[in-house]
Amino acid sequence: MPTTTLTGTRLRARRLDLGVKQADLARSVGISASYLNLIEHNRRRIGGKLLGRLAEFLSVDPASLSEGANSAVLQGLGEIIGALNPHRESTTRIASESPEDFADRFPGWAAQSVAQHRRIAGLEATIAGLADRMSHDPHLSSALHDILSSVTAIRSTSTILTGEERPDPAWQARFQRNIHEESARLATASQALARYLATAEDARPGTASPQEELEVWLSGRNWHVAELESQTAPDFEALVHDPGFRATGSRRIARRWLSRTFEDAQSLPIPTVSEFLTDGWPDPGAMVQRLHVPLSLILRRLAALPELMAPGAAGLLIADGAGALTFRRPLDGFPLPRIGAGCPLWPLFEALQRPGQPVRAIVELPGTLARRFQTYAAVEILQPGTFTDPPVVEATMLILPLDGAEAPGARQVGSACRVCPRTSCAARREPSVLETPPDTISF
Amino acid sequence: MAGRVLLIEDEPNIVEAIRFILSRDGWHVDVHSNGETAVAAVAERGPDVVVLDVMLPGRSGYDILADLRADTNTATLPVLMLTARGQKADRDMAMRAGANRFMTKPFANEDVLAAVRELASG
Repeated sequence: MPTTTLTGTRLRARRLDLGVKQADLARSVGISASYLNLIEHNRRRIGGKLLGRLAEFLSVDPASLSEGANSAVLQGLGEIIGALNPHRESTTRIASESPEDFADRFPGWAAQSVAQHRRIAGLEATIAGLADRMSHDPHLSSALHDILSSVTAIRSTSTILTGEERPDPAWQARFQRNIHEESARLATASQALARYLATAEDARPGTASPQEELEVWLSGRNWHVAELESQTAPDFEALVHDPGFRATGSRRIARRWLSRTFEDAQSLPIPTVSEFLTDGWPDPGAMVQRLHVPLSLILRRLAALPELMAPGAAGLLIADGAGALTFRRPLDGFPLPRIGAGCPLWPLFEALQRPGQPVRAIVELPGTLARRFQTYAAVEILQPGTFTDPPVVEATMLILPLDGAEAPGARQVGSACRVCPRTSCAARREPSVLETPPDTISF
Repeated sequence: MAGRVLLIEDEPNIVEAIRFILSRDGWHVDVHSNGETAVAAVAERGPDVVVLDVMLPGRSGYDILADLRADTNTATLPVLMLTARGQKADRDMAMRAGANRFMTKPFANEDVLAAVRELASG
């Protein structure tokens, strides 16, 4: 069993928790105390048998010593570091203090920190969205303009009617009619604005965007909607009439996703897919050649299999022609940015650059536990181009974990530039908070 | 008669109110409601003062004003800008575009009257 650089730290922590002296532990497993000291300070890696003896004496599963903290928590701690002000001395200090060590020693506190950070990020996203709405929302801007125009007309007209110099009766009648007209317009515009703003107030923190609400809903169903596998279309309205869909537009997005997934299921029913699942994850390219369906459809179907049928965990990313992520099914160990763009080196974006040419690549994420993934990416033309309009395209990437042996030539990628340690990456678009800043600003 | 005003505004009831108060004060008021042809209307009507709304169909008041300032015939034509957006940034934009005065909606009739009188007197 491979050990990591923190196996020693975990051994030491467990020994100290049990109140066992270093010399006693060393003697019991047949090594010297000085050698055990080197191990505990991560200066020596240990093999399976010795690790097993130590684990047995310390009454723990050997895997808990070698595999360490939950990678989801580690991802979350990476997000926390990424959100810190890079120019603060405290950030440099935190970034140098090994999130893995923190997560291993204090798993409860680490998980709580991650949970609180994500809640704060969700609330901040909600606030930013609402503030942005006030400044840039064309509907809001138009509604306010209508209201102010009506108020202006009413104010000017009523001033004329009530001023010292009254207009003649014909003008009075005309102006009274104008006030009546503008009052009705003002009432309609005000009610519409109130309804529109009420929708914003209902937005739940943490799921500010319609896309996120869909992803949360799907996550609750283990990314598989059984109702879509039947031969007759289900009641989409009933499916989207879920209290989880509260943001404006989330039901529309959900309806669109359900409709397409139902069509995918008709094109590639589960019995057909299952023929290819006899030996783990199938080669999507081979499925295309046998089935003559688009590769994007196959990637989507593989990511939407029932949990009991899928050979393992899978992630899925979909991006539009601008590279914006429009769908995210996360995968443990493959961090996805909550807001903003992902790593430019993902095969997803490579496929966007060459529509018609699918991409298959093994990618490696940075970190102490470098994780590798098999990825398949393809572009689908949703709407062909014309002489006046470009095509509407969509890129899809399936992500499958790769365990075991080294993969020479694996593409070195990250999750997002801001939290990526690959400082010499040619595709970097912004500094990483993990870089040593040239100057630090004290508090 | 006090002079000639061209009112460039597309809200009919606002137009009626402003035209009434200016006419009552002795001004000859022409009205134009389309942003795209507003610059041509200025050239055709030859006003002494322009009262210009920002939000117009076809073209914004800022663009219209920029064109007026770029033409030597209208570079110094007095312009009162009206807008529903009263932030400092909007005021600054109006001044940068070359507006002589800037007024937010809803406005007081006497303020519009006073501004037009002041602009016409130079």
